[in-house]
Amino acid sequence: MKKTKVIVGLGSCGIAAGAGKTYQEFDRIRKADRLDFELRKTSCVGMCFREPLVEIIDDSGSYLYGQVDPSKADEIIEKHIKNFSPIPEYIVQSEKYPSADESFFEGQVKIALRNCGYMDPENIEEYEARSGYAAIRKIAGNHLSPETVIQMVIDSGLRGRGGGGFQTGLKWKFARNYDAPQKYVICNADEGDPGAFMDRSILEGDPHSVLEGMILCGYSIGASEGYIYCRAEYPLAIKRLNIALDQARTKGYLGKDLFGIRGFHFDIRIKEGAGAFVCGEETALIASIEGRRGMPRRRPPFPAQSGLWKSPTNINNVETLVNIPWIIFNGPEAYARLGTEKSKGTKVFALTGKIKHGGLVEVPMGITIKDIIYKLGGGIQGDKKFKAVQLGGPSGGCVPEYLSHTIVDYDSVTATGAIMGSGGMVVMDETTCVVDIARFFLDFTQKESCGKCTFCRIGTKRMLEILTRITEGEGQEGDIELLEELAQNIKDSSLCGLGQTAPNPVLTTLKYFRDEYEAHIRDKKCPALSCKKLLTYQVDPEKCTGCMSCTKGCPVDAIEGGKRETHFIHQDICIQCGVCFTRCKFGAIQIS
Amino acid sequence: MRIKRIVPAPPLQDVFPSVDLSQMDALIARYKGKKGKLIPLLQGTQALFGYIPREAFLKLNRETGLSLSELYGVATFYAQFRLTPSGKHIIKMCHGTACHVQNVTAITDELLDFLEVKDGGTTADGLFTVETVACLGCCSLAPVMMVDEETHGKLTPKEAVKIIKEIRRNEIQ
Repeated sequence: MKKTKVIVGLGSCGIAAGAGKTYQEFDRIRKADRLDFELRKTSCVGMCFREPLVEIIDDSGSYLYGQVDPSKADEIIEKHIKNFSPIPEYIVQSEKYPSADESFFEGQVKIALRNCGYMDPENIEEYEARSGYAAIRKIAGNHLSPETVIQMVIDSGLRGRGGGGFQTGLKWKFARNYDAPQKYVICNADEGDPGAFMDRSILEGDPHSVLEGMILCGYSIGASEGYIYCRAEYPLAIKRLNIALDQARTKGYLGKDLFGIRGFHFDIRIKEGAGAFVCGEETALIASIEGRRGMPRRRPPFPAQSGLWKSPTNINNVETLVNIPWIIFNGPEAYARLGTEKSKGTKVFALTGKIKHGGLVEVPMGITIKDIIYKLGGGIQGDKKFKAVQLGGPSGGCVPEYLSHTIVDYDSVTATGAIMGSGGMVVMDETTCVVDIARFFLDFTQKESCGKCTFCRIGTKRMLEILTRITEGEGQEGDIELLEELAQNIKDSSLCGLGQTAPNPVLTTLKYFRDEYEAHIRDKKCPALSCKKLLTYQVDPEKCTGCMSCTKGCPVDAIEGGKRETHFIHQDICIQCGVCFTRCKFGAIQIS
Repeated sequence: MRIKRIVPAPPLQDVFPSVDLSQMDALIARYKGKKGKLIPLLQGTQALFGYIPREAFLKLNRETGLSLSELYGVATFYAQFRLTPSGKHIIKMCHGTACHVQNVTAITDELLDFLEVKDGGTTADGLFTVETVACLGCCSLAPVMMVDEETHGKLTPKEAVKIIKEIRRNEIQ
C-alpha cells in the first residue's frame, strides 16, 4: 500500500481563501493523531471559485476536494483518510465521483499551465520528474545549433502572449542576428492588466519552466545574462523564483558551460518592479531596469538591436517563455497542430467578473468566447443576462453578447475592436453599466500615463472628465462626438501602446452600446441601474415596516417617517448615495 | 500621471520622527558603483523606514553621486515609493476590473468613512494607511483587500469594517 498524499493548493488566491489555515489543520491533526499521510504543497490549478483546494491521492485514485475550510478538513481526515470513505458532496473532480464542476476542465489543453497545481513549485526534483530541464538537455544531447532552435520556435507559430502577438521565433532571430559582446534576455513579469493573473499563477506554480524558457532563449540568441522584471505586488512569486534560482544554481543549471555546452554561460537576476503599468512596454521596462523613470522611447532602434545598456535584448512575457520548453521537447509540429491558421497553440484566460466559475483556463486558439463563458465558466452568476465581455484590459474593448460566437485568435478578436491582450476576460451582466466601465478604464490609463506625450497625458484626462460628467448626469449634446475626436487624436499622436490603445474601451463601448451613452446624456438614465447619481430611490409602502434603519443612515435627512410609519424619501434632498438601499433589510427601497 | 509633492523642509523635523540614517550604510555599500542601482537603493531605503525620508535622499546623493533630481524623479514616478510615513498597517483596496465590477467602491467608501481618512491617508492614531491600488491578482475572489501581507476576499462593506475593527482591538490591548 502506498502512502496517502494530501496536497494543499497554496497559490496567492488559495492563501487568500484560507488555504494556509487548512494546511495547518491537516498538519495539526496529523501530528496529534499520529497519522501516516504525506502532506504536500502545490500551487493553483486554476479552479479559483472552489479554493481552497485539497487533493487526496491514495491507492484507490485521486480526489480533488473544494472549499476545504478547517472544519471540512477534520471531516475529510475522519471519513476519507481514517475510514477510506470519500465524501462525494465535497469532491469537485475525481474519476469515481462525477461532479458538476468537472465541465471547468473539459476542453482545456494545458501547455503553459502544464505543471501549475500538479507539483510542488519549491521542489526542483518534482519539476524534473515532469520532463523539466529536458528540453535544454535535448538540445545539448543532439548538438542542435541556436539557429535550429530558433527555426523550431518559428515553426511552432508561437506568438507573443503579452498582448502584441508578434512572432516569437522572428523576434529571437532579430536578436541573434545582431553581433555584440553582450546580449540580454528579459522576462517581462510586470503583469499590470487589472483582471489578468495568469503570469502570477505561472510564476508561483511553475517557476522552473520560466527559468528553462529563458535559458533556451539565452542559448538561441547568444545571451549570457537574464533579468526577470517582476511586480513587487507579487511577493510570493518573487519568493518562489528566488528558491528556484538557488536550486538551479546548485544543480549547475545556471552558471558556466551549462549542460555540457562549451562556452554557454547564463545566469538570471530578479529585478523588482516599482509599480508602473507603463513598464509593461519594452523600452519603458528597460529604462526601469537601468534605474530611470519608466518612460517609453521611440522605436527603432528596437531592443533586439539596442536594448538594455544599449546591448541587443530580447524581451518575452512569462506565458510566452513557459511555452518554449514544451515546444522544444515535444516538437514544433505538436504545438502547431493546435489552434487556427494564424494563431497556433493555446492561450490562458483569466475568467473573472459576473461569472459562476471564475479562474484560469487554458484553451486551444479557435474556441468561441461563448464556449469559454458557458461551458468552462458555467455561465453568468445568478443566471442573469449576459451583456458583454471585456477582453485585453485597459487596452482592449468590450465584445457584446451578440458577437460571442467570435473565436479567440489574434485576428478575430482584433476585428471586433478589442484585443487579445494578456488574456483577461471580465464578464459583465445586465447590471454592469458599460459607460461606467469605460470611465473605469480611462481612470486607470489616465493615472498610469507616464506623461511624455501630450495627447496621452492631457487627452485621457479630458476624456475621463467627460465620461465622469456623463455618469453623473451632467452629460451634454456633443459629448459623444468630442470623445470620438479626442480618442482619434490620442491614438494618432502617442508614442507607445499605452496611449495608442487607451481609447479602445471607450471606442468599443460607443460602437456597440451607443444607445446607453445616449440614455445617460439625453434621458439622464442609466439602463443598467448602476450609475448612482442617475437613480431615483423610493420607498415601497407595501414592504416598509417603519424600522427607521434608513432614516438613521441617511446623511442628509431626506427620509421622513417615525417608528412603524411608512417612510418617504424627499427627492429634492436625496443625494443618491444609496445608504438607505444597503441598510434596508426588507427590500423596501426601490431603485429606478 | 500621479502627482506627488515632497513635503517642504522647515516643519519636517516637528512632524516626522527623525530616522537613524546609519542603517542605510550596508545598503549603500552593497549597491555602490553598480549599474541600475537607483531603484534597488530607493526600495531598500523604504524597506528600512517604511518611507523615504528627506534626509535619506540627501544621504544617497552625497554617498552615491546620484543627483537629487534623478532620485526624486524616480521616487515620484513609481507608485511604490512613499515620501511620508505610513501607518502601522497598510490597507490596500484592490480597484482592479473584477473588483470594480463587484462594487469594491462601496467597500472603500465605507472603510474610509469608518476610519475617517481620505484615500492615501493615515488614521489619526497612526494605525492604518488606506490606499486604493490596481489589480492584486486575486480576481476570482473579488472584491479583495490586502492588509499588510494578508489578502481578504469576497468582501462586503460590513466584513471589511469588521476585519479592521478586530485589528484595532488587538492593537489597543
